[in-house]
Parts: sequence; C-alpha cells; structure tokens
Amino acid sequence: MSTASPASPSSAASPSVLSAPRTLATAARVLRQLRHDPRSIALMLLVPCVMLLLLRYVFDGSPGTFNNIGASLLGIFPLITMFLVTSIATLRERTSGTLERLLAMPLGKADLIVGYAIAFGTLAVIQSLLATGLALWVLGLDVIGSPWLLLLVALLDAILGTALGLFVSAFASSEFQAVQFMPAVIFPQLVLCGLFTARENMQPVLEKISNVLPMSYAVDGMNEVLRHPDITADFVRDVVIVAACALLVLALGAATLRRRTP
Amino acid sequence: MMNFASGSATNGPDEAADPQSAAIRAADLTVVRGSREVIRGIDFAVPRGQITGLLGPSGCGKSTLMRSIMGTQAKVTGTLEVLGHPAGDAWLRSRIGYVTQAPSVYDDLTVRQNLDYFMAILDPGRAATDRRHEHVTRAIAEVDLDSHADVLAGNLSGGQRSRVSLAVALLGTPELLVLDEPTVGLDPVLRRDLWKLFSTIAEGGTTILVSSHVMDEAERCHRLLLMRDGELLADDTPDALRTRMDCATVEDAFLRLVDEANARQRIQQAQHDKESTR
Repeated sequence: MSTASPASPSSAASPSVLSAPRTLATAARVLRQLRHDPRSIALMLLVPCVMLLLLRYVFDGSPGTFNNIGASLLGIFPLITMFLVTSIATLRERTSGTLERLLAMPLGKADLIVGYAIAFGTLAVIQSLLATGLALWVLGLDVIGSPWLLLLVALLDAILGTALGLFVSAFASSEFQAVQFMPAVIFPQLVLCGLFTARENMQPVLEKISNVLPMSYAVDGMNEVLRHPDITADFVRDVVIVAACALLVLALGAATLRRRTP
Repeated sequence: MMNFASGSATNGPDEAADPQSAAIRAADLTVVRGSREVIRGIDFAVPRGQITGLLGPSGCGKSTLMRSIMGTQAKVTGTLEVLGHPAGDAWLRSRIGYVTQAPSVYDDLTVRQNLDYFMAILDPGRAATDRRHEHVTRAIAEVDLDSHADVLAGNLSGGQRSRVSLAVALLGTPELLVLDEPTVGLDPVLRRDLWKLFSTIAEGGTTILVSSHVMDEAERCHRLLLMRDGELLADDTPDALRTRMDCATVEDAFLRLVDEANARQRIQQAQHDKESTR
C-alpha cells in the first residue's frame, strides 16, 4: 500500500513510458504560461545580450579578455537562466497543487520533466541565438570554430540548468528559499569553472573540485570552440560530460516527484 | 430542504449493503502523518452511483482520507479499494476526478487553456481534438463560467477559481468524483446550482464523495460518513441518522454524536488518570 501499485493489465492507461502527445501538451502549456508573462520573456532574452554588451566595453582596452570571458558566458547564461526559471516554475507547480493533480492523472513523470525541458530548451535556443549572434557579429567575438557548436553547448547547458532547477526545487518550500539556491548551487560553480582564471592555476584542491562540477565542462566546451576550427576530442568529452550530468540530474529530479507525499 | 435519500431507493440501500458493488471499500484503514495516526483503522463502503457526504470538524482527517483514496497520500496501511482496484493504481487515474481544497489550477493560463491542458493529459492525441473540445466546453458550461472562459484564472475571484478547479475534475467521464469542500466560499445560489449538478451527475451513475462542513449540504447527500479525530462516528443515510439520534436535523445529530464521543473520551481519560495515580 505504501508504494504505487504495479501496472494493471489495461496498459493503455498506464503512464509508465514517455507519451509524446502528453509531453508536447505539457511543453505547450509551459510556453503558453510564459506567453502571458512577456516581461519575464524579455528579461530572459535581453539580459544576456546587455551583459555581453557591457563586458565588451568594460574590456575595451583588452579584446583578448573579452574573447575568453565572452565565450564562457555564452555557456553560463543559459544554465543560470534556466536554473532560476525551472526551480521557480516547478516550485509553483508543487505548492499550487497542480503537481498533485497531474500525478493523480494519467501523466508520467517523464512526460512532465521532458515537457519542461522542451519548453525551456526552446527558450534557451532563442536566447543563445540572440546572444551568440550579438557576440559574433556585432561585438566582434573571435570564434575559430563553428557557431553551431556554440549553440549545441548552450542548449546542453540550458538542459543542465533545467535539470538542476527541477532537482533543487524539491528542497525548497518557498520561492524565497528557491532563489537562495541560486547562490548556493550556481555561484561556487561560477567561481571554479575557469571564468576568472584558468582552472589549472587554482590551488590543487580547488582544481580537483572544479573537475567534478558540470559548469567547468560547459565553459571548457565553449573555449574549445573558441580556439579550434574542428571538433576536438576535448570538445567531445566536454559535451558528453555536460549531457550525462544533465541526464543524471534529470533522473534525480524525477525521483523527487512523488505521487504519494506525507 | 432537499433529501435525495428517499428518492434514490431504486439504486440506493440495496447496493449499499453489497460490498461487491461498492465504489470505495476500506477495511482497517490507517494513515500516519509524521508520528501521528491521522486515520485510525476505519472500515466503510461508499456505494456506487450515489452522493456520499464526508463530514467532520476540521482536522479530523477528511482531506487525508480523500488523498488516500486518490493515491497521493503516503503511509497508508490496511485495505483501500477504489472501483475494484487498489487505491493509487494507474488504471484509476483517468477514471477519478479530484478537487483539492485549494484550487489547483494555473493562475497564468485562461480558464479554457487550463481545461485544454488537463483534457490533453486525460485524452491525448490529434484524433481526439474534437472530443476534447466538446468536453472542455461542457465542463465550462457546467460550472457556469462561459462568460469568463478567456479570463486568466489568476484574475478570477476565489469562488470562480474553485469552480475552474471543479471543472477540471468534471473533464472526461469520471466514474468517481472526489470533491474536497468544493462549495467553500460560494454564494447560496451557486451552491444550490452545484448541488443540482452533483445530483444530475450521480443520476448518470457517477459516484460522488464530497466533504463539507456545511450541514445543510449534508441533508442533500444519499449517505453520510461522520468523522471525528481519525475515526468514524457514523456511516448511515441522513434519514436513519436523524431517526437513530432522535434529532430534527443532521446538524443536531452530528453535534450529539460528537458530544457523546467527547464525553466518552473524558471518562476514559479520567479512568486512565485514576489508575495511573493509584
């Protein structure tokens, strides 16, 4: 009795596998909710562009610095934005009772999570297109590799951000707490990811810590594209690690969605 | 005051006596929340096609019982069968409509968008588009929100929002409706209309379990479950309850039952204290 019963013979009603129509309906619903909130969309899309613009002229005298930081930031922005948006959105889903209602309906947990990932992933792609376009063609960011690879890493970062946000929202009981998870989860990664100084220059213990934080690989991936015309082995490693982390955290996030709650 | 108990003799008492045809059947049902036993080994059967009222003081375990029936409550022990399946079974998920006490709808979607989404979860796929549209339009009309169909749920009044939540539960063709205080905060006219709707739905064969602490609503149920402190005080028709307690109204009968239970508890407590001081 304490756990969900095994699937009944009528498996048509069983939501154990991913259902494409339900997943897409969820993604469409999340985007529809956002559409009623144009200010949030504007902030999500414009803030990264404004930050890049700002940095470009802060480092007016040393374009090399802007080059390094700019490429890293193209990986960091989607992660942070999607982390914040997802943690608040899922928290609201939990506290408003809609999550309980959905889980009492024939909706699989995977439908919900993948639906969120698709919706916010779409938004992240638009955000990255704007930020990358601005950085490359207006601000003169000098990238040797293909801009498509930048976009690929940005998308994976966004999904990682979505996954982390979903996961930590389980540990927040208010939006106040959820926002505090941002400095707790994101800032240490930001400091250690190689944005401020190359990771190999850090104190060895910190370097080891940075080796196990996913944002380090998101930034490394961006820098590989920045410096190499082709896909390097390191780039492939970075992409695989970020994707694997995203999947792992998504699975952990799914485990925090309980049909039965105390 | 309306009383359906007499009018429903055709599908009423006989089925109620037969546990095989019960929509919900509980035996030795216990629920623990934290370190407290919120529901303490209760037994009951809710007959099909009737309105069963779940009554009791706030905090007596009504909502916990409803969540257990929905399969969203953890730490449930004993037997709890819903429509012949264990509570929480995946088979049940498209067959039960559920309204929680707080309206669970998306404030940043319109009424219609809310219903469209939940309907897409119940009956997905492109082939069902027309059917979904029909269901959504019908549900909006049933809760009398036609004129507000394109208003954001967050901009509605409290009563209107709880009706959106109720409309979600009416989507599809649920065999069982579990309604946790669906008429709280509604004006008398709306309450009367909703109860009319409930009895129409029940006449169509749907079972309704509805909690309330408004006692004139209790008179409109076919059957009543009276709860106090995690235990069942009574499981009877309103008529039988009034006769047994020799009261004019269900409210009086309920108050007398609660008073008697409180008195019994005080006596037990006093005896317990006496024994422990001895």
